[in-house]
Amino acid sequence: MKNLLDSKISGRWTTRRLAPVLVTVAAATLGLTLYAAKDDMQSRIDPAAFTRPLKGDQRLVHALNRLTFGPAPGDLEAAKQLGLDKWLDQQLHPEKIAENPEVAKRLQPLETLRMSSAEAAEKYDPPQQQLQQGQAALQQNRQQNAQQNRQQQQQTQQQLQQANQAKQAKQKGKQGDPRQQDRQMARLAAMEPTARRAAFAGQRPNQVLGYDLTEAKLYRAVYSNHQLEEQMVDFWFNHFNVDISKGADRVLTTAYERDAIRPHVFGHFRDLLQATAESPAMLFYLDNWQSAAPNEQGNQQANQRGKQGALRAALQQKAKGKQQARGINENYARELMELHTLGVDNENQPGGYTQQDIINVAKAFTGWTIQQPRQGGQFVFNDRMHDHGEKIVLGVKIAAGGGKGDAEKVLDILAKHPATAHFVSLKLARRFVADDPPEALVERMAKRFRETDGDIREVVKAMVTSPEFFSEGAWRAKVKTPLELVVSAARATGANVGFAMPISTRLVDLGEPLYRKSEPTGYSTNAAEWVNSAALLARMNFALDLTANRLPGSTVDIGKISSDAQDMSVLLPITARRLLGSDPSPQTIASINKALADKTPTPELVAGLVLGSPDFQRR
Amino acid sequence: MQTRRLFLRSSSIAAFGIGAAPLWLTRAVRAADQPRSKKILVAILQRGAMDGLSAVVPYGESPYYALRPNLAVAKPGGDQGVIDLDGFFGLHPAMAPLKPLYDEHQLAIIHAAGSPDITRSHFDAQDYMESGTPGRKSTSDGWLNRSLTQAEKSAKVSPVRAVSIGPSLARTLRGSNDAIAIANLEGFQVRDTSGADSFESMYESTLDKVMSGAGHETFEAVKLIESIRKQPYTPANGAQYPNGLGQGLMQIARLIKAGVGLEVAFADMGGWDTHSNQPARMQTLLTEFSGALAAFHKDLGERMSDVCVVTMSEFGRTAKENGSRGTDHGHANVMFAMGGGVKGGKIHGEWPGLAPDHLYEQRDLAVTTDFRDVLGEVIAKHLGNTQTTSVFPGYANPQFRGLLVG
Repeated sequence: MKNLLDSKISGRWTTRRLAPVLVTVAAATLGLTLYAAKDDMQSRIDPAAFTRPLKGDQRLVHALNRLTFGPAPGDLEAAKQLGLDKWLDQQLHPEKIAENPEVAKRLQPLETLRMSSAEAAEKYDPPQQQLQQGQAALQQNRQQNAQQNRQQQQQTQQQLQQANQAKQAKQKGKQGDPRQQDRQMARLAAMEPTARRAAFAGQRPNQVLGYDLTEAKLYRAVYSNHQLEEQMVDFWFNHFNVDISKGADRVLTTAYERDAIRPHVFGHFRDLLQATAESPAMLFYLDNWQSAAPNEQGNQQANQRGKQGALRAALQQKAKGKQQARGINENYARELMELHTLGVDNENQPGGYTQQDIINVAKAFTGWTIQQPRQGGQFVFNDRMHDHGEKIVLGVKIAAGGGKGDAEKVLDILAKHPATAHFVSLKLARRFVADDPPEALVERMAKRFRETDGDIREVVKAMVTSPEFFSEGAWRAKVKTPLELVVSAARATGANVGFAMPISTRLVDLGEPLYRKSEPTGYSTNAAEWVNSAALLARMNFALDLTANRLPGSTVDIGKISSDAQDMSVLLPITARRLLGSDPSPQTIASINKALADKTPTPELVAGLVLGSPDFQRR
Repeated sequence: MQTRRLFLRSSSIAAFGIGAAPLWLTRAVRAADQPRSKKILVAILQRGAMDGLSAVVPYGESPYYALRPNLAVAKPGGDQGVIDLDGFFGLHPAMAPLKPLYDEHQLAIIHAAGSPDITRSHFDAQDYMESGTPGRKSTSDGWLNRSLTQAEKSAKVSPVRAVSIGPSLARTLRGSNDAIAIANLEGFQVRDTSGADSFESMYESTLDKVMSGAGHETFEAVKLIESIRKQPYTPANGAQYPNGLGQGLMQIARLIKAGVGLEVAFADMGGWDTHSNQPARMQTLLTEFSGALAAFHKDLGERMSDVCVVTMSEFGRTAKENGSRGTDHGHANVMFAMGGGVKGGKIHGEWPGLAPDHLYEQRDLAVTTDFRDVLGEVIAKHLGNTQTTSVFPGYANPQFRGLLVG
């Protein structure tokens, strides 16, 4: 039977005999029992399943499904030839792998990726001009008192917000009809990349930064050979989430991912923490740039300088979007402990902190601000905004007069805290192993974190070489997030993605607009968040549209993944195995056969059904 | 269960696949088999912690103005002043669309309401407010799902009995009763009909329980919604829904008017975490919020007597302003209840005051009404589910505040 199947394969499948062999082993031993073990939306897995090892090529299939955005045609064979251990080692050291030239080719026209925030703001942020006009008007009205100035600014802000809202509303209205959206996209997709980008920049200049960033993320996810690194960039950006649609973050997010996140994804956690804490994008997003000690000396000095000085100070503040009121802002301090490091919000637990701890951390961070955020300004420590008093954080005393160093001591305390080691390990294991990973594994990872002073590469290595990672409990235990779903579909079909924006608009329907998670929690990787009626329908529609080449900008050559056989008993299993990387469930095969009996389905439809099947929603 | 599936399968022979079912057929089937829900509850969560002290302003409290020199809403009178309600409280001027409803006793306000849990974490507080079990993270289902009475195994329940608006199913609607998420009615279909039957069969038969549960609910609902989706919708009485929350409430209004068996619905609205630039942001947020509620009320007209809308936010914000014209995380907040049976035109609950000694931890408005008292009363008196301790496990002594008639 196997020979018969293989002999009918007509696509450009490099090592055609290997794939079915690889995956048949996997499905034979697993499949039914595992599915049955999961009994509810919590995806609870029998703990014993984490002690039953995966065997043979299953391990390889599992590693590629879990540590990449899904195998592309030829990936399993290439990895097998290399050997699993070596493949893992290379993925952990991406500098050892030559990058796919397709990445550079697609990133090249996206010039804002290489710009400083200031350059980007100057070139692509027209509302800035409005602000500048507002400032010019302000200069003319020097005699007006500060109260009136504030009102003016409020109105400007309001108008800006309303204009923004109207724009969003307009876009939202279009979401109702994905086909119309696709028609607009089709016009853009038909253009050469540089012309397309120029057209887009002419129409919506202030969205170019988000456009470049989103395109780049999808191109890298689909084409990069550094798959685990791209997974880690996504993981850490999401862990230290910022929202590109919040004010100045429109111009600050590109540099944030490039300079604060990407260089540290396999580095030391303490460095990553420092880089995010100092990044203008995070300082703006969680409001720390405005946090200042009450009655700061600057104000008093300004008052002493007399009326003219005060006026100048007021104008400077206006330029920075600041107000006369002074005081701490707790936003960053709280999320730093709850979401970035300790991960708990119960003072009675180990690593728990109190409201007073939050206030003291906020005080330590006063003065960590941005020079002219809307012009894409840099991080600056402003001593005059800083609270110079003594602070006690989690029982540790930080002596008075430490200046910028106060907050660095806080970061030291947090990065070294055992609760942080545990929380970061848990979050990694939730993403890469299972929604509810075994505590023994998490503890082993946390131990590695503590031993290596938070060396992320070592922690990840501990995870991906663990018996739990290569266990039945982890096998297909994760439901793909929308990003994972669309990218794995593009990779599995070997799609040529020349214009990724239509994919990113589908991600909005699927519930994961890229770079636009407004809450600091980032997106969940838990099944319960992603499996529901609206999302499943959107997934099915995406699958059918992709393979039928109805998604503008992406082309699927069905010959690569399908067979020229008309007979469903040949066509379906071949297509399914190639797309899934493992055997489909008998139920999926039977369902498709039943529904399409007496019909002559196209290979495109068959492939779309496999991508929309329950089987393809897991990895 | 069996009966229900049979019904749906037979009623939808034509609705999928070959072509649309004749409208009269779907309507007739609906009228015969889908009992019109008598009472409907719509829950709205304002994510990010609304500043209740800007929404329903205690302008009669002098500490209010001392605590908030830069962002207090002015006393009544003038464009920017509050809209007086009772000589002590006033509505934010952006909430003007709700004032007529308050005057007509259609809108009730519950001030200083909130969770007894002290957390100021958005994540935890929203979780507790959606699960209905403050302080207990292990609860896997939500109070809105539990508010539905368990259907008899043989009974026909509508697949759109419980609806969450948005691309994911809200935490509060997860649980043993079927519930679906709808981002928008137009998109609620498999557009390429040649694949629809295969998908339905796959998700029906898969042994993957996570997928089969959601898949089963989905395809039943797709069929029921098909006819609604195909009819263009014009809100009644000249109601004009704003974007954001307004669009969500409009989907709910369509489902209610179509009489397809909706019992509980959930919508949310984000952006309330106003640590900075609060006055301008509250103006925008409250405009959307109030406009959406008012449009929903207008659109439903008489039907509103069967509908109760209740709003909540995970916690309130600090009584005192912070250093960036904003407020930080606080404790108590304000809730609204609108519609059928509500004793409106009144501010319910005890007002704890804003004097330093009366503030919770000397910084936040204190909670005097547990949010479960409000929700419990609505569920008991409006939905008729009096098993309050099943809906809110561990809450032995709910105190109803006389928020609803009955």
